[in-house]
Amino acid sequence: MNKNLTNQEKYVKDYKRKRLLIHLCQIGLVILFIGTWELFSSVGILDEFLFSKPSAIVKLLIQYIKSKEIFHHVGISLLETLLGLVIGTSLGIIIAILLWFSKTLTKILDPFLVVLNALPKTALAPILIIFAGTGIKGIVVVAISLSLVMTIISALNFFLHVDEDKLKMLKSFKASRIQILTKLVLPSNTKNLLSIIKINIGMSWVGVIVGEFLVSRFGIGYLVVYGGQVFKLDLVMMGVFVLAILAYLMYLIVTLFEKYYKNKR
Amino acid sequence: MENEIEFKHVNKSFYSLKGETNVLKDINFIVKKGEIVAIIGPSGCGKSTILNLISGLTIPDDGKVITNKKVGYMFQKDNLFDWKNVYKNITLGMEIKKLKVDEKRIDELLTKYGLIDFKYHYPKELSGGMRQRVALLRTLVLDPDILLLDEPFSSLDYQTKITVQDDIYKIIKETKKTTILVTHDITEAIAIADTVIVLSKRPSSIKKIYQIDLELNEEKTPLKARNSIKFKDYFNLIYKELDIHE
Ligand SMILES: Nc1ncnc2c1ncn2[C@@H]1O[C@H](COP(=O)(O)OP(=O)(O)O)[C@@H](O)[C@H]1O
Ligand SMILES: [Mg+2]
Repeated sequence: MNKNLTNQEKYVKDYKRKRLLIHLCQIGLVILFIGTWELFSSVGILDEFLFSKPSAIVKLLIQYIKSKEIFHHVGISLLETLLGLVIGTSLGIIIAILLWFSKTLTKILDPFLVVLNALPKTALAPILIIFAGTGIKGIVVVAISLSLVMTIISALNFFLHVDEDKLKMLKSFKASRIQILTKLVLPSNTKNLLSIIKINIGMSWVGVIVGEFLVSRFGIGYLVVYGGQVFKLDLVMMGVFVLAILAYLMYLIVTLFEKYYKNKR
Repeated sequence: MENEIEFKHVNKSFYSLKGETNVLKDINFIVKKGEIVAIIGPSGCGKSTILNLISGLTIPDDGKVITNKKVGYMFQKDNLFDWKNVYKNITLGMEIKKLKVDEKRIDELLTKYGLIDFKYHYPKELSGGMRQRVALLRTLVLDPDILLLDEPFSSLDYQTKITVQDDIYKIIKETKKTTILVTHDITEAIAIADTVIVLSKRPSSIKKIYQIDLELNEEKTPLKARNSIKFKDYFNLIYKELDIHE
């Protein structure tokens, strides 16, 4: 029967088989990892008190879901992260646009941006929280501080490296500076701006978790730090697990958006 | 005939911390209405600068560049926006100048230049020759009196180049545009232009101006021009002129 296949069909079949194999290996790895963990904890090779075990984590998660408590924590962390992401990214891009308009201002601010960027922002978190308050506001400010400077620097860099010839072409049409921005600089950088958003998702989560470690009574960061304090490692692991899923889902949404945007062309 | 462009004792330098670059030195020439002028010279001698002066993108240090006509500028790279389709690319200039777009007229032009089936296609899907025609249309729809062409054929492969040269020559003649073509290809200059201006190395001045008369019995096209007997003579003349001080 195989003899009737054309080369194209063979190629597609081969491609699909390889893809299936990769997926199977990935699932296999996860099962192997969880299985070994569960087994080693059960027979005592791993200390259950320190490492917890998958079945205990799942049990705890179900309990949190049943009591609806998890939604409260997830909701708050998600809200803080989204606020941090949206405000940090848009503010960063807006500042980059303003700097793009003025070369002199860029040159004046350049050394300050470099220093701010090199600074480990998490070191500033305690001060920021004292300034902005210990509620959601303080935590969002920490999240913003993590992505803002990097967004300004990389967005501005992308804006300044727009194709010189295309720029000249627009100037030959007597385009205004704003037209150059909206017709060339921004649309030619859509892909780059999306990749900045992707990076900022991670940054924003770091800010939120650090903020929650420091002050919060709610949120996933709080669950993790509380679990650590009372030596309930099930709780810590569960927090990390939920966090991983949330971060991945957000990343996935941006990737889907990226694909949609690519197909639209 | 009417003068469309006039350069009077034009000097132009560029300045940087490292020093002054003298680019153009006492440039004088006149371009008449409907004339096709080729500017040829070694690379970096200031050919693009001359076009920038005509289009007002730069101003001379001394002297005068006189032109009061609408100028259309076409570049070596097609500079198409790959996030806009062919139609949107062609109307970009009108969009910027906030002019009303007459879609029927654009459709006619697209049909005429064999692009109508690609109206909603994106630049990525077009061949090099087609992209260059789209770039030309983007300039032409603004109805310029003067066309500035900055090495528009140099990024095309030989075969495409020959056909696109013929196409664009036809368009220029039909629309009776005054044209300045910058090139470093001697054969291209002779095949297309009525007048060839030869520039020296930097700081450039005009070495010589040739009136091209190929004594063709039929109407000139770049392809036919290449077969004329006088073609080789002009080639040798200009070749020597360019080579002399190398
Ligand atoms: N905006 C500019 N600033 C500084 N130097 C320039 C600028 N534009 C052109 N030049 C210099 O002027 C000279 C002539 O440039 P150009 O007109 O582009 O040459 P061509 O088109 O003949 O190759 C080159 O040496 C180039 O480096
Ligand atoms: Mg040039």
